[in-house]
Amino acid sequence: MEYETVIGLEVHSELNTATKCFCGCKNEFGAPVNTNCCPICIALPGALPIVNSEAVKKAILMGLAVGCKISNYSVFERKNYFYPDLAKAYQISQAEYPLCIGGGVEIDIDGGKKYIRLNHIHLEEDAAKLIHTKGETLVDYNRGGVPLIEMVSEPDMNSADEAVAFLEKLRTTLLYAGVSDCKMQEGSIKCDVNVSVHQKGKPLGTRVELKNLNSFRAVHRAIEYESSRQIEELEKGGKIFQETRRWDDERGISYAMRSKEDSQDYRYFPDPDIVPISVSEEYIASIKRELPRLAEQRKTEYLQLGLTESDADLLTAQRDYADFFEGVLKEFNEPKFVCNWITAEVFKKLNTLDVEERTIPLEPKALATMLKLYKTGEINQAGARKIFDELWENGGDPVQLVDSLGLKQMNDSGALEKVLANIIETNPKAVQEYRDGNEKIMAFFVGQAMKATSGKANPKLVAEIVKKLIK
Amino acid sequence: MELLDLSMSEILTKLNNKEVTSVELVKLCQKRIEETKDLNALISTCFDTALEQAKIIDSKRAKGEKVGELAGVPMVIKDNINILGTKTTCASKFLSNYTSIYTATCVKKLLDAGVVVIGKANMDEFAMGSSNENSAFGPVKNPIDKTRVPGGSSGGSVCSVASKQCFASLGTETGGSVREPASFCGVVGLKPTYGRVSRYGVVAFASSLDQVGPVTRTVEDNARILSVIAGKDEMDMTSANVAVPNYLANINKGVKGIKIGVAKQFFSDKLDGEVRSKLDDAIAWYQANGAQIVDVDLPSIDAALAVYYVLSSAEAASNLARFDGIRYGVRADKYDDIIDLYFKSRTQGFGKEVKRRIMLGNYVLSSGYYDAFYRKAKRVQKVIKHEFIEAFKHCDVLLSPTTSTTAFKLGEKSNDPVAMYLSDVFTVPINIAGVPSLSIPCGVDKQGLPVGMQIIGAHFEEAKIYQVAAAFEKHNTKGEK
Repeated sequence: MEYETVIGLEVHSELNTATKCFCGCKNEFGAPVNTNCCPICIALPGALPIVNSEAVKKAILMGLAVGCKISNYSVFERKNYFYPDLAKAYQISQAEYPLCIGGGVEIDIDGGKKYIRLNHIHLEEDAAKLIHTKGETLVDYNRGGVPLIEMVSEPDMNSADEAVAFLEKLRTTLLYAGVSDCKMQEGSIKCDVNVSVHQKGKPLGTRVELKNLNSFRAVHRAIEYESSRQIEELEKGGKIFQETRRWDDERGISYAMRSKEDSQDYRYFPDPDIVPISVSEEYIASIKRELPRLAEQRKTEYLQLGLTESDADLLTAQRDYADFFEGVLKEFNEPKFVCNWITAEVFKKLNTLDVEERTIPLEPKALATMLKLYKTGEINQAGARKIFDELWENGGDPVQLVDSLGLKQMNDSGALEKVLANIIETNPKAVQEYRDGNEKIMAFFVGQAMKATSGKANPKLVAEIVKKLIK
Repeated sequence: MELLDLSMSEILTKLNNKEVTSVELVKLCQKRIEETKDLNALISTCFDTALEQAKIIDSKRAKGEKVGELAGVPMVIKDNINILGTKTTCASKFLSNYTSIYTATCVKKLLDAGVVVIGKANMDEFAMGSSNENSAFGPVKNPIDKTRVPGGSSGGSVCSVASKQCFASLGTETGGSVREPASFCGVVGLKPTYGRVSRYGVVAFASSLDQVGPVTRTVEDNARILSVIAGKDEMDMTSANVAVPNYLANINKGVKGIKIGVAKQFFSDKLDGEVRSKLDDAIAWYQANGAQIVDVDLPSIDAALAVYYVLSSAEAASNLARFDGIRYGVRADKYDDIIDLYFKSRTQGFGKEVKRRIMLGNYVLSSGYYDAFYRKAKRVQKVIKHEFIEAFKHCDVLLSPTTSTTAFKLGEKSNDPVAMYLSDVFTVPINIAGVPSLSIPCGVDKQGLPVGMQIIGAHFEEAKIYQVAAAFEKHNTKGEK
């Protein structure tokens, strides 16, 4: 029998606001334990939350980036449950009236496109961090109250690949919109997954929620595991129970955490400390004007610059790539030339890095300067590569590097003629082959000239001189 | 006449005329507090810091430097309001060890105006109660008759003013917690418009209903304190961005031409005969002095008490969840795991009434009951609020008894929660509607127990209330002095 897997995602992303969602404490990762907290975010008696308008704005920005309808009337609610990482014993979240409704993103899958709908995006606060030590658990409230957006998809995905493509698309969009740093290791993007299986044409199956998914890879593996587990269970004549299962990435299995019966009743109700948020059409329009250019828009622009579709895709795959490309162009407006270097040399180096760390360690201006030197013939390709390696590893000023590495290209035709005259004299066989019409032998002369000049000879000039000398 | 018998406004005049110093007043209050300890009005005192502050103010005044509008006045603050460095217990065992690390906005404003805080007032635990018998620190007694309750939950705040331990105090209201005790003890107590006074630093009972209110011996004193504590606060999103008028400007204007609404729903069979006759006298006096009495209808206020117990308990259940024994407060000595820690700490830390409200609140919010209780109560609240708004289209203020009886005996209702809840039947609708209301003395019954009358205004019309109240007060206290 053919089963279809149905997947829905709840993706949480921390917003990169300056301060927390409901108080003035700094929103920063890695500060000393319990230094970014105050009466509000550690829930002292009598303290009240104040909504951070920057968090509201960034949530709306993301909503606009994925085509949501922005609610004019939005309400914060309390999600009540006891846990030591939740100081107030309720999380300020949204339920009935979220900030952003609907929307969706297009993912590339199996060479085609698929549209994954969003149900809504809401704004809420993160919990504090528990630190388990021997025999006791400590709480670091620095993260407590950091703004999060939760992006809830419709159950529109049917494979682990689609789910990961969706996550990657959201991550890219968050970065383009400039609302989150999306660092998985810092917990700034997280997700819960709902998985069910059913036979095509039959009603949807019972869904199981998966938690503790700490990487996109874990999401992929957990979905594959869970859908096979469910199919096997049904094939055996068993039943799927609505439950929450915890993914154990080390062992590659999921196990039941709690059933529907012991699921918490969160007793949601509107937070009486927070007045409903009214968002006017004028405000939405003003935020729309601030929305940074997204991947699609930049791609269109790059095509207009004469880049190929595949190059434009490569450059817009991540916002920092596109930003880098544009940064180089600002100094050196040769789109094709710059693009070629980035897609060949920069990406080659990036691919040697760990997936989560793929950021370009170069100053766009430095690369622009180097490329200018290369384009104008100050240095040759070999020199350009050497400088590039140096910039990548240690940074520096390309102009100075040309000197310090002695890479200035030899463009003195008189000197080159002397060098080549010597080469021609000592290689009569090659000269004869050239005369016989073997054009490929030119590479030999260029190579010899490079050797003789420690790689500084201008290869173009070498070719011209060879042609002139061997007639 | 003794200094402690004077009103706050009179004592301010003496302070400004340098006839008395703040230090002298603090010492007098301290002496009175010690003499009347059996009333159990205060949970903690802070005479040392009070004297330091008083000294500073006295020396500023002596040098002719500018001082605040309430400079040197000794006041008592209810113990659910945070003041940096003082205990804030909410009369709960759970917070018996809790010291505030910040100051509530309302107190900060008072301190800026030169008020000298001398103590924190006893109350019903977490402001839940109508008799001040639900305190982990023991009940407060009514200074007029020590066998009777002072009312609650601001029983200590009211008792301290009535027994002249201080010149004024702050209480808090959720369903009548300032007005009911003010009525039982014969003083003046205000429940301001919801949003008029910042709640920042006031330990929440029911956030959508809570308001801080001044307790004083005169209407003018009350207006002076409200002038200081009212206004928008960036730390409280629910505080209203409505300009604070001069509450004293019209206070002596009399009631000629004022329309006073009387709703039959406030004068039902439940009303004690003596209380009714005092109210009738007051109405007659107003009429005789140029006010126009109009009948208004508030058909839905009978539902207010039910709405109140659904909404206030729901919010309380959530607001009190932070008292989990993790970060502060009293944690149980022995526990097996985290659930046991919560369970034991809360079981040991909270009193009976608080537990009752938490259970009720969680019940009305729980899945499957939310629509039937919480959502419905919210809808009825809208109806009640609308009825008040409608009524104020026909009158300037409404007049009603504050409570249906005078102060009852200690222990009389403590085993009958419903009877206890009914003591607030006239005060609760005002909180549900969010309008302001002032309780002022309106004579005494045959046993000499004070009768209270409340003057209710439209939203943010406290000035009108003070005007109407001050006129009657002048008449009512004639002959006393």
